[in-house]
Amino acid sequence: MIINHPLLGPRDAQEFTYLGDASLIDRPDWSAEDANEQYYAYAYLRDNPAGLHRELWFHEQGDRSWLVVTRNTLTHEITRVELASDVARLAGRSR
Amino acid sequence: MNQPNRLAGGQIDRSKQLTFRFDGKTYAGHQGDTLASALLANNVRLMGRSFKYHRPRGAFTAGSEEPNALVELRSGARREPNTRATIAELFDGLEAQSQNRWPSLAFDAMGINDLFAPFLTAGFYYKTFMWPKAFWEKVYEPIIRRAAGLGRLSMQPDPDAYDKGFLHCDLLIVGSGPAGLAAALTAGRAGARIILADEDFALGGRLNAETFSLGDSNGPHWVAATLAELEAMPNVRIMPRTTIIGAFDHGISGAVERVSDHLLAPLPGKPRQILWRIYAKRTLLCAGATERPIAFGNNDRPGILLGGALRAYVNRWAVTPGKTAAIFTNNDDGLRTASDLMAKGIAVAAIIDTRSQGTRIEGANHMFGARIVDTKGRLGLEGIVVRKADGQTQTIPCTTLGVSGGWNPNLHLTGHQRGRPVWNDAIASFVPGDCPPGMTVAGAANGQMSTAAALNGGAQQALTLLNDLGFATSSPELPQAEDAEIRLSPLWHVPSGKARAWLDLQNDVTVKDVKQAHQENFRSVEHLKRYTTMGMATDQGKTSNISALAIMAELSGQSIPDTGTTIYRPPYTPVSIGVMAGRSTDGHFRPTRLTPSHKWAQEQGASFVETGMWLRAQWFPRPGETHWRESVDREVLATRGSVGLCDVTTLGKIDIQGSDAATFINRVYCNGFAKLAVGKARYGLMLREDGIVMDDGTTARLAETHFVMTTTTVNAVAVFRHLEFCRQCLWPDLDVQLISTTEAWAQYAVAGPNARKLLQKLVDPEFDISNDAFPFMGCGEITICGGLRARLFRISFSGELAFEIAMPTRYGDALIRKLMAAGKEFDVTPYGTEALGVMRIEKGHAAGNELNGTTTAHNLGMGRMVSQTKDSIGAVLSRREGLMREDALRLVGFRPLNNQDPLKAGAHFIAGTNPEAATHDEGYMTSVAYSPNLGHAIGLGFLKDGGNRLGETLRAVNPLGGDAVAVEVVSPHFIDPQGERLRG
Amino acid sequence: MRYSGFRIIKEALTGNRGWQPAWRNPEPKPHYDFVIIGGGGHGLATAYYLAREFGKSRIAVLEKGWIGGGNVGRNTTIIRSNYLLDGNEPFYEFSLKLWEGLEQVFNYNAMVSQRGVLNLMHSDAQRDAYRRRGNAMHLNGADAQLLDAAQVREMVPFLNFDNARFPIKGGLLQRRGGTVRHDAVAWGYARGADARGVDIIQNCEVTGFRMTNGKVQGVETTRGYIGAKKIGCAVAGSSGALMAKADQRLPIESHVLQAFVSEGLKPTIKGVITFGAGHFYVSQSDKGGLVFGGDIDGYNSYAQRGNLPTVEDVCESGMALMPMIGRARLLRMWGGIMDMSMDGSPIIDKTDIEGLYFNGGWCYGGFKATPASGWCFAHLLATDTPHETATAYRFDRFRKGLMIDEKGVGAQPNLH
Repeated sequence: MIINHPLLGPRDAQEFTYLGDASLIDRPDWSAEDANEQYYAYAYLRDNPAGLHRELWFHEQGDRSWLVVTRNTLTHEITRVELASDVARLAGRSR
Repeated sequence: MNQPNRLAGGQIDRSKQLTFRFDGKTYAGHQGDTLASALLANNVRLMGRSFKYHRPRGAFTAGSEEPNALVELRSGARREPNTRATIAELFDGLEAQSQNRWPSLAFDAMGINDLFAPFLTAGFYYKTFMWPKAFWEKVYEPIIRRAAGLGRLSMQPDPDAYDKGFLHCDLLIVGSGPAGLAAALTAGRAGARIILADEDFALGGRLNAETFSLGDSNGPHWVAATLAELEAMPNVRIMPRTTIIGAFDHGISGAVERVSDHLLAPLPGKPRQILWRIYAKRTLLCAGATERPIAFGNNDRPGILLGGALRAYVNRWAVTPGKTAAIFTNNDDGLRTASDLMAKGIAVAAIIDTRSQGTRIEGANHMFGARIVDTKGRLGLEGIVVRKADGQTQTIPCTTLGVSGGWNPNLHLTGHQRGRPVWNDAIASFVPGDCPPGMTVAGAANGQMSTAAALNGGAQQALTLLNDLGFATSSPELPQAEDAEIRLSPLWHVPSGKARAWLDLQNDVTVKDVKQAHQENFRSVEHLKRYTTMGMATDQGKTSNISALAIMAELSGQSIPDTGTTIYRPPYTPVSIGVMAGRSTDGHFRPTRLTPSHKWAQEQGASFVETGMWLRAQWFPRPGETHWRESVDREVLATRGSVGLCDVTTLGKIDIQGSDAATFINRVYCNGFAKLAVGKARYGLMLREDGIVMDDGTTARLAETHFVMTTTTVNAVAVFRHLEFCRQCLWPDLDVQLISTTEAWAQYAVAGPNARKLLQKLVDPEFDISNDAFPFMGCGEITICGGLRARLFRISFSGELAFEIAMPTRYGDALIRKLMAAGKEFDVTPYGTEALGVMRIEKGHAAGNELNGTTTAHNLGMGRMVSQTKDSIGAVLSRREGLMREDALRLVGFRPLNNQDPLKAGAHFIAGTNPEAATHDEGYMTSVAYSPNLGHAIGLGFLKDGGNRLGETLRAVNPLGGDAVAVEVVSPHFIDPQGERLRG
Repeated sequence: MRYSGFRIIKEALTGNRGWQPAWRNPEPKPHYDFVIIGGGGHGLATAYYLAREFGKSRIAVLEKGWIGGGNVGRNTTIIRSNYLLDGNEPFYEFSLKLWEGLEQVFNYNAMVSQRGVLNLMHSDAQRDAYRRRGNAMHLNGADAQLLDAAQVREMVPFLNFDNARFPIKGGLLQRRGGTVRHDAVAWGYARGADARGVDIIQNCEVTGFRMTNGKVQGVETTRGYIGAKKIGCAVAGSSGALMAKADQRLPIESHVLQAFVSEGLKPTIKGVITFGAGHFYVSQSDKGGLVFGGDIDGYNSYAQRGNLPTVEDVCESGMALMPMIGRARLLRMWGGIMDMSMDGSPIIDKTDIEGLYFNGGWCYGGFKATPASGWCFAHLLATDTPHETATAYRFDRFRKGLMIDEKGVGAQPNLH
């Protein structure tokens, strides 16, 4: 596979390390009333779609960027690649 | 040497005679021959035996789809089993042997299987060999296994090298027949970067095997002229002997180039083969087509070939398998074979045409509406039995037969991403359906069977693709070529009574086997294949799958496309395992990382051990020491008695800087770091988000905004990745930057009561490292030896007064020598990983064996370190009920009741007189060592509720070794439990 | 029809015309007591044991394609019970014992062949870990032997002992481990279930669940609605997609695992060998092909195919271990979809929906589990209580912190 890195251009997927569903960005609030339940769902439950999947890849053999790659799990077609930090900020994550 | 079946003409170099051996006998051939063509030239038709019934077999094809003519090529360590004689390029000194036969190819004792064929039908083995129960493994299976298999491995390491490489292009053209060459010309002239790859050593595809005119020239001449033009273009890379083995994601193709397989041995410094990963913007598949046979009784005898293959042998290689030929065809292509043979002076006894009428060749014996129902000859064809249109049978003597049932497009690569082909009635075969993104198909692979259609198709497809890519293009002028229409009347098999009609020649699957599979409800393609082994042999059913499918369709009363299609998978043809591994073999399997003191340690005669990718000194034997324990005991005692040195560079080091660095570190460790003072280090426990311990280490604060974190050796990469995840994905606006500095700093532990005294000799005098100025857990940037930059950490894994000193790696070798020299007066002792391990067990420090990915802080007795008052990774889930049980496993120490008893890591704990059973399993020993300080073995381990069981006696059982040792549960801190030494 | 050597002789002498279909092709009935979704090894075994061991009837197996076309038809055929943890080892040992008598029970030769499974070790820490595991196996009544380097060398002298990057220091051997002819497992269970009245319905894809008041009533399929009292899902890699139709999110990701077979070779490797310094396992089939595999590709996928880097990685390990296979050829590779769970261990449990039961999360170790998985799932379906060897395979273990994590890599499916 080839991942079109937003800063570096097309790179072989072999340079990257895969983590999983991009929902791992959405780490729950530790102090919430139902933090236990939220963390259980965050850590263990997955949509696991057959189709478009937003997922985290780490450019381990490259610039160490975490990327959010939108990839179709049925065809492996990649339609979007973003910096994970941008995605996280858009999701309201900051400090 | 005489080559009785060699004809005139052909594309072999008669000036170069080559000598080769097959089954011990010497023959001659020419440059340009394959092993099969050379054997045929020498009138050798029998080349192999089939897998199941050991039927005599000869070359059936002239290409990589060959099911029959498999040989062991070369000898010794280079022996290469299952090599297709039909594509093995002849070289001088070639040596080959037939395989899967005993004692000889002509007389194979296993041929007796053929007599029992009625008992050995499809799937017979699923129905028997079950009684008595033990007999399957003891009797039946060993016999079956001995009989099975094809060629033999050499059982020696492969002496040749393999390389890997990466290629990039605008257009990859797969196949160099008329379509591929026309495409290459079009694209080459447009200036596109192209790769033209062909599995054959001679480019040109079928054009090399045909006699018709191409413009005012012929096929081979046009090929030569075209190649000459292409070779002159700097933007064109021509790759003969290169098979595209698979179409992978995003336009990446795998290719195997056979660099040296046509030589006696690779040239010095050259690999045998290269695996290329080709990144192509577009791929044009011009892989041609493979002919298919018609099945009839005893259609497997040596001398029976596919018609197009017979024609190729006659035209390209100027050989014939026999002097008298016959043709069996259901389409006009068979007629082309007949006329080419006749033109070469080969007698064509009959053209058995299944169609009721058709074109006639002058002087030929056409038998329209006829079928072959049986053949004669034991080790080679001697005659055919023909049932004529009027129902009469006639035996016709002949020694070779060309069978032509139509052509199947080579669309395999189009299916590698699970695209399904579609049925085409005109050619009675499948043509490409959905292709992988970026791939298109031209020529016969696309069902365009005439030469003119292939030439135009290749050029047109190239134009389209180049326009997509933004190249200015123009059509090349293409030669006039034959444009015969396809006249084919599908026929898949001839009902042949008792005589078996073979479909899969290698695995010996017959029409009757397909019928039986249908009868037993194995009707889907997948069931048919698996039940009968149809198409599962080394040729993957390239010449037989469609026929079997058609017969199944006939039996089910369904159309062929409704019956199913085959899913094509890589590789297109089998590839050596060696080329897939490349250079990553033996010691080069994975990189080796060396520590800064490696050279020095080698000089000391150290014994080394693999620690992940690292090689670390394990111990430093001294003259007279005969057992490793002697060395390790000495190193431990010397360290605890005076001072020792150990290279700890392999621990991961992460430099963390930024105004939010303290906040960041405070969140990734479960214990508090926010208030760590500058100039201080602290032990940190890192959890995964699921609450399990991920890693531990010390982190030092060198400045307000500057920390240095250490990780365990094995987790260095994972921790760094995890921290980057936290930084970029969880808290993207924290002002913090990370860099791994594991390799940037050489770091040595200096441990023991004289550690300070030793260091004071090196540290520049302006830096006070006295206990008051530089207490336990102090850290700082210093200079040594008159101004050389270094870092000093007062941390201790051994439990002694200890420091770790770090310098830029380039000083690593000098530093260890300097430390050794300075320490001479204290009898400084280098120690390795074993002594390190002994001392950490003596101190009860957890390491890899304890941090095994399932242990919690609670298990380690550090539950209280997990802060309840801050947000840290893993804190929430670490508090789940199953992880916080009162009786959870706890890390404790163990000592044998009897001082002489050894302990074993991996032993399990059983209390009292309980039986050795899982229900009474109370934990396990993680680490053991012999403590030279205590004079007996000691161990660490996890025990249920261990913290409350000090003093209890248990059995550490090791049923694997049949032994058990009585142990006492003790504190894990065997030495200096109050930690007075390390604060001294 | 009972299979035997005598039957083969009789049929051979009468032109092999008497063979009966191995299973029928029935039309689906409107309602069943039990509907098993998934005609793979686990689903067919479940139906078989429901009928045979629990005396149930009115059972259907619904298969979207052809039975045995999923992972039971595409795996490296290994059986073993060399697990470490309490939650796993009794279950896998139960499975191995079922394998040992399977062929006589279902009258089909699946070629269960206990030629041994040897896990190689390359470091002291690995020896410690294997000793812990081997002892756990013993404590659970399984067999295991710890071999030193010399013993391994005697047993498999062709391995790379002298030039290896990671020297072989010994091995953990389970002699009762081995291989089974994988397709025959599906066919044997199918034939046995069919003979006991189970309707095996092929080309019948479940498209939805019909539910009222939190209780499942039946399934919508491409062949119409089929009602059921209890529905069991055993669809491996399709678990996520199927259970999403019942609004269930699972602790499972679907990943692709590639497996490989070489051309046929004369017998060389007797049992199963696994490499301890890279992920690689190999055996040689009765037909002579080297059957081998390694890691999953590592990214979520339903594409049933993988990519070159994994192929290369697996072959690198193969060559590192057995440098004599360099000139043997890789014949065929294929990719299957693995239901990778969050702790690497399976789930056999009820769901939140009454009447809907789930069996999945087998990662890429499901084949060896087939008999016990079928038995235990049948037990749960028939009695609503877990089988004694499968009590840990619950959904709520993740909520409670009772993970069964053999590899100790945590909630990251692609590492299991």
